[in-house]
Amino acid sequence: MSATGIGVSVKRKEDIRFITGKGHYVDDVNRPGQAYAYFLRSPHAHATIDKIDISDALKAPGVVAIFTGDDIAADKVGGLICGWMIHSKDGSPMKAGAHPALAQGKVRYVGDHVAVVIADSYAEARDAAEKIEVHYTELPAVVDPAKAPAPGAPVVHDVAPDNTIYNWHIGDKAATDAAFANAAHVTKLDLVNNRLIPNAMEPRAAVADYDSGTETITLYTTSQNPHVTRLVLSAFIGLAPEHKLRVIAPDVGGGFGSKIFIYAEETVCAWAAKKIDRPVKWTADRGEAFLSDAHGRDHVTHAELALDASGRITGFRVHTIANLGAYMSTFSSSVPTYLYGLLLSGQYAIPAIYCEVDAVYTNTAPVDAYRGAGRPEATFLVERIVEIAARETGRDSAEFRRQNFITSFPHQTPVILAYDAGDYPKALDRALALADYKGVGARKAASAAKGKLRGVGMSAYIEACGLAPSQAVGSLGAGVGLWESAEVRVNPVGTVEVLTGCHSHGQGHETTYAQLVASRLGIPIDNISIVHGDTDKVQFGMGTYGSRSGSVGMSAINKALDKIEAKAKKVAGHVLEASEHDIEFKDGKFTVKGTDKSIDFASVALNAYTAHKFNGQELEPGLKETAFWDPTNFTFPAGVHICELEIDPQTGVVTIERWTAVDDFGKLINPMIVEGQVHGGITQGIGQALLEGAIYNDDGQLLTASYMDYCMPRADDVPSYTIETIETVCPSNPLGIKGCGEAGAIASPPAVINAITDALGHEEIAMPATPQVVWRAAQKAPLKRAAE
Amino acid sequence: MVHVSMTVNGRLVSAEIDPRTLLVQFLREHLRLTGTHVGCDTSQCGACTVHVDGEAIKSCTTLAATCNGSSVTTIEGLAQGGKLHPMQQAFQDNHGLQCGFCTPGMIMASVDLVNREGYGIDEQTIRHGLEGNICRCTGYHNIVKAVVQGAREMGAAATPKAAE
Repeated sequence: MSATGIGVSVKRKEDIRFITGKGHYVDDVNRPGQAYAYFLRSPHAHATIDKIDISDALKAPGVVAIFTGDDIAADKVGGLICGWMIHSKDGSPMKAGAHPALAQGKVRYVGDHVAVVIADSYAEARDAAEKIEVHYTELPAVVDPAKAPAPGAPVVHDVAPDNTIYNWHIGDKAATDAAFANAAHVTKLDLVNNRLIPNAMEPRAAVADYDSGTETITLYTTSQNPHVTRLVLSAFIGLAPEHKLRVIAPDVGGGFGSKIFIYAEETVCAWAAKKIDRPVKWTADRGEAFLSDAHGRDHVTHAELALDASGRITGFRVHTIANLGAYMSTFSSSVPTYLYGLLLSGQYAIPAIYCEVDAVYTNTAPVDAYRGAGRPEATFLVERIVEIAARETGRDSAEFRRQNFITSFPHQTPVILAYDAGDYPKALDRALALADYKGVGARKAASAAKGKLRGVGMSAYIEACGLAPSQAVGSLGAGVGLWESAEVRVNPVGTVEVLTGCHSHGQGHETTYAQLVASRLGIPIDNISIVHGDTDKVQFGMGTYGSRSGSVGMSAINKALDKIEAKAKKVAGHVLEASEHDIEFKDGKFTVKGTDKSIDFASVALNAYTAHKFNGQELEPGLKETAFWDPTNFTFPAGVHICELEIDPQTGVVTIERWTAVDDFGKLINPMIVEGQVHGGITQGIGQALLEGAIYNDDGQLLTASYMDYCMPRADDVPSYTIETIETVCPSNPLGIKGCGEAGAIASPPAVINAITDALGHEEIAMPATPQVVWRAAQKAPLKRAAE
Repeated sequence: MVHVSMTVNGRLVSAEIDPRTLLVQFLREHLRLTGTHVGCDTSQCGACTVHVDGEAIKSCTTLAATCNGSSVTTIEGLAQGGKLHPMQQAFQDNHGLQCGFCTPGMIMASVDLVNREGYGIDEQTIRHGLEGNICRCTGYHNIVKAVVQGAREMGAAATPKAAE
């Protein structure tokens, strides 16, 4: 293993530009003659638009153009789409309401796009927007997802008269009912998975430039998947054919899912740039981000868990109402279905599971994938109900989990997924030891002595990532394949460019991908550059989300490197005058087996391009290879997180004292980067558990639309973390990688809430467990538990 | 329009600007110093942190006109003579950044924090002192480690060679 190879914590190559202020984000892009867009947004959650008068605004200084939904309709600009078809249990397709990029006739949430003003400066565009007169007729709004399907509720889209997009189900209802009929104990739980706002630190932005000479649109946009953006803008929205549309996602300042989707703003900018034949730039302010970025989570769930007399889980029954907001965002339909229901077996051997999900429209911002996407919701439910079942039946939290763990692989769950590899008891044992679980009693007593309540909570999570086998997701309704592509270009001097369809917005691909190439080709890491985020450079790709960049993206690079090595051996054979079958490649050197005749990688590259030593008709000159790689299964990272915290019952303030995580991510490329992903994920999960929550009032006004109101985790809200990994190799990709991007955010919320409820002695805690929530709960008498 | 004149990263700059121009707009749009970022509109996130006359301020809520005659240092001006500032180096060494968007503000705030609290600053003081800078990627764990290292090395750099 070299100092830059696989498994080494190599310092990140991309850091130099970020720490010196030379990063290149979309808002740093400026095109000659650019105009600025400002979106006039709906102040109402639900209203008809009766008239829009732009006459005064058009006369305002600096205004170039003002467009409304009528202009979009006149130009036949297609609506935004949801790319994953879900069918209801009666076989009917989901009810997708139209989603025009600028509202037509009706607005459906506060922040919905009513008009765009384009002016010489942003300030002038914003000033002019105030002169637009919009005549609305306000309609009653529906905000609470549990109330959305009720008779008489305001109807968000006529296509769904009961606001229900689909009634989906999975699992075996009869078998599950039978398990409950025979159960020795049934644990019941009602919970809400609180609505979150992703809040990548870089607000969304777009710069669109139209070249009338070539009839080409170039769109710089804050995207996690520029090719998918191009595909949707081209094939569905119809802005330009794909070969006349270039999408560039340069440095992107965090995504967490929210930048997967194709939004109204970049659509309008790209369309308007051509319309006015002038570059158009738009950058969201944070208020717009709160209002119009796709939100996350927002489930209302009732669940029941059946146990036999020995404490084995025999059945799990779930009913969830999922709020998808006012419109179906790009992948929204998949989140509360295939990314949720399929994970309900957790780490446990559960023979029967049945899950129903009703997805509903409300007059709120669209809801889509946010870090973990469905899997945090599943884990929160499983790990809360498992914990409560252990407590109700007087069993130790760890031992109850251990008793029900899946211990042999592959394991077919009753909800489609087949787990390929794992060692759940090992992670549990290590986490218990690291967390000094045995010492908890003494520490609780010490806390009690100073008037504090100490609690310990654990979470044994699993997720399915490495998205995803194309045929499998196709059969589940996905509109796209989820393979990845790579191209490895070896230059004549032996330096290498790798083009990938994945996209880095913090994950460190420029380093980890280079580590793979350096270890395969035996060349210095500085001789390798990673190219991503430009549809004119990279052939195609599905982007980065669902921890797919390692297991899928790097597997594609690995496959291309296989081809490079095979071709290079042929070239080396000619140069060394030996059969290609006698050539060995190791540590950057091609050697004729059993001899000291060798040639280094750079010389082979040069010979591949000079083509002097072989017949160019028999062997193609050059050294560049392409690969598409489709995974054979999802990957299944899993682990155990343990949270230990202290509550001040006088104030309700929760202080996290210790955090222990033991994760199995398969093979690690760069442990430093993996740990960083875990730190960030845990913190976002702690945010969900203690601080964050999007709140709409009954009129559909977002009350948490700034950092003054929406509480983001800050440095002094969280502790330092104790993190280790164990390793079971993933068998479904050549590198053995499982992925680590979501794990922390999936594992942590139930660990926190299990710890708080442990400390308080009862289970009635809603997220976010703010000091007010915890203080109120602390006033209630603790339940008498079976264990006590 | 108003006239402003200030020293930015050691260079004297002057311009006629709209009076409502914020310092961050002046830096990003007039001087094309795009290392300073805007992450919010309520001076909460700290991505826009720069130094004015040696102290950290949030440039998104400072009018450029009020900085007339001041000396401004941005992330682009922190490295000296081609050598990274110890705090910049510490952020790389400790993986104190992921997407990089909050990083310039985080580094500028950290340098100011160490200037105020001393080279021996402890973790709790760092966590409290960085409360005005939000990072969504790192969970702060490695940022705190970076600031501890950066502080120590700022101290070493400030100590005369004779002390070695």
